[in-house]
Amino acid sequence: MEPFNEHKGLVIPLDRANVDTDAIIPKQFLKSIKKSGFGPNLFDEWRYLDHGEPGMDNSKRKINPDFILNLPRYKNGSILVARENFGCGSSREHAPWALLDFGIKVVIAPSFADIFYGNCFKNGILPIVLDKSIVDEIFIRVDENIRYQITVNLRSQRIYDEHKESLDKYFEIDSFKKSCLMEGLDDIGLTLKNKTEIQNFEKNYQENFPWLKGE
Amino acid sequence: MASTLYEKIFKRHVVREDNDTFLIYIDRHLIHEVTSPQAFEGIRLANREIWRAKSILAVPDHNVPTTDRSIEIEDPISKIQVETLDKNCEEFNLLQFKMNDERQGIVHVIGPEQGSTLPGMTIVCGDSHTSTHGAFGAIAMGIGTSDVEHVLATQCLIVNKFKTMRINVNGNLQNGVTAKDVALTIIGKIGTAGGTGHAIEFAGTSISSLSMEGRMTLCNMAIEAGSRVGLVAVDDKTIDYIKDKPLAPRGALWEKAKKDWLNLVSDKDVIFDTEVEIDGSLIEPQVTWGTSPEMVSSINSKIPNPDHYKDKTLSSSYQIALKYMNLKPDTPIKEILIDKVFIGSCTNSRIEDLRAAAAIVGAKKIAKNIKLALVVPGSGLVKLQAESEGLDKIFTKAGFEWREPGCSMCLAMNADKLGPGERCASTSNRNFEGRQGQGGRTHLVSPQMAAAAAIYGKFVDIRELN
Repeated sequence: MEPFNEHKGLVIPLDRANVDTDAIIPKQFLKSIKKSGFGPNLFDEWRYLDHGEPGMDNSKRKINPDFILNLPRYKNGSILVARENFGCGSSREHAPWALLDFGIKVVIAPSFADIFYGNCFKNGILPIVLDKSIVDEIFIRVDENIRYQITVNLRSQRIYDEHKESLDKYFEIDSFKKSCLMEGLDDIGLTLKNKTEIQNFEKNYQENFPWLKGE
Repeated sequence: MASTLYEKIFKRHVVREDNDTFLIYIDRHLIHEVTSPQAFEGIRLANREIWRAKSILAVPDHNVPTTDRSIEIEDPISKIQVETLDKNCEEFNLLQFKMNDERQGIVHVIGPEQGSTLPGMTIVCGDSHTSTHGAFGAIAMGIGTSDVEHVLATQCLIVNKFKTMRINVNGNLQNGVTAKDVALTIIGKIGTAGGTGHAIEFAGTSISSLSMEGRMTLCNMAIEAGSRVGLVAVDDKTIDYIKDKPLAPRGALWEKAKKDWLNLVSDKDVIFDTEVEIDGSLIEPQVTWGTSPEMVSSINSKIPNPDHYKDKTLSSSYQIALKYMNLKPDTPIKEILIDKVFIGSCTNSRIEDLRAAAAIVGAKKIAKNIKLALVVPGSGLVKLQAESEGLDKIFTKAGFEWREPGCSMCLAMNADKLGPGERCASTSNRNFEGRQGQGGRTHLVSPQMAAAAAIYGKFVDIRELN
């Protein structure tokens, strides 16, 4: 996983609440046994006017000209801003895989669903929770300014833009998740450093709860 | 100090603690074909081993056809995914119920059915509806594929502790009101993000009166209220259900386990971070009308009018939902005509669900406007049981199709799906846009309400049926 320190990028406004993982990456694309290649099918049912299936040449499909990802002004955007409860629904990690493959590095929303939130960190995407009023302000600024950009600094937990009256806000993040993201850590490797501790725990645990020892 | 049920189970599993980050031990790992291939690949690439193969139970369910299984899977990509699970289970020597095993079924149906789900356990699966198993007084939660790999390699998970929420539902449920209606009522009240960051314990007389299968339906939907973990305290019903299941402990171990399990309840004076009160006697049969499970009304209500809501985000969500659902504000729910009916999913495909639906069907036939009515049992064993009771005949005589077990049209990964614009009465758990097929429109209901919708071609109040 690539370490995440600072990211400056163009903001894409997705003005919807409860954006679910079925919308982020529809089920037919979950048949893949790989982690990559989901980007062209991110938000497939909103992004295209025809029905998408795995293996199709997406460049030949009919795009929905009204959908936000298809508007030229948001081309190459890497920061997605959305409304409450982003990423609700299934546990499919294909959702952050699709966002990452498309080029999204940061998602900003007033709230996230728990599983999606955790899955982002495992893939080097930074989900940022900000007050609804700040998210509202970002939506206004994106609307009023073509090619609106934000800088996210993870070390100082700040987001800011380069306006005269700069939007400069602090965001909360769990310290463990922060350090994993900043160092691009493989958390399995990290856990396995405690191998003996886990083995000891397991031995003790199976003595206390012997019925959990077998199959 | 008094503890909640969640805290009691959590505490047992803490391997180490570092600030607010915990390494917890996982007892049971359930695996299916869709969210596991990349995890096994990760294990192979890093040259790691599986920590405790015996903790794993695997089954293909999301992607399998519900039609004739004596022939190969038609969709080549689905076939590869199911075969990949077979290969991984063989390579790592894992217990799997393959597609043609009579024990195969939806992972959240077969776990409890086999006694693989036990009180006090930590249970994970790469599927959000893992919350189902919390019905047994276990911490059961859905995880992503990276965490599937983490559990395979370490038998542990790095987590933060959830806050606790207790939802008290008291009073006698009316005839015709089911666990599904309780779940939808709760979601309607607290919203799809109401339980975010919390482990929900369902308590009160309406909950303790539910059967184990009803409790599974309820905990299954905890995730639709935003909570990864739903729990019900252990009682005699829990113990009776588990007794003699194939993987349940026996003999002296059984007695020892039973004694331990009966302590798995929240202490009397414990304080939850949040408490919610609901009068169970007032709950009516529920029908969702929108594209989020919180967009739900009682059968005798009308579709809400977005203009009546001051909150801009809410009003706009309602507008988008009604447009997608092709419904007009103020339409009575009972006037909504249905095209297809789906009885199945990890929410409602167990034997009691099928019995209740069949009782509504009786000798009647499905309505002329119903293009397809599917009954998909939750497992091969549920299917066999239903057939031994003649339920399959009741369904097929009425015009339903009787299928092989799997997730089927709950998420429409296989061939069972809605066409664009088709409207479905479904016993599943999600009414998201496109969930049951691109452009399809889902109304979530109980098995009884779905069966009645098939017979009458529209939603009816099952309390008014003879």
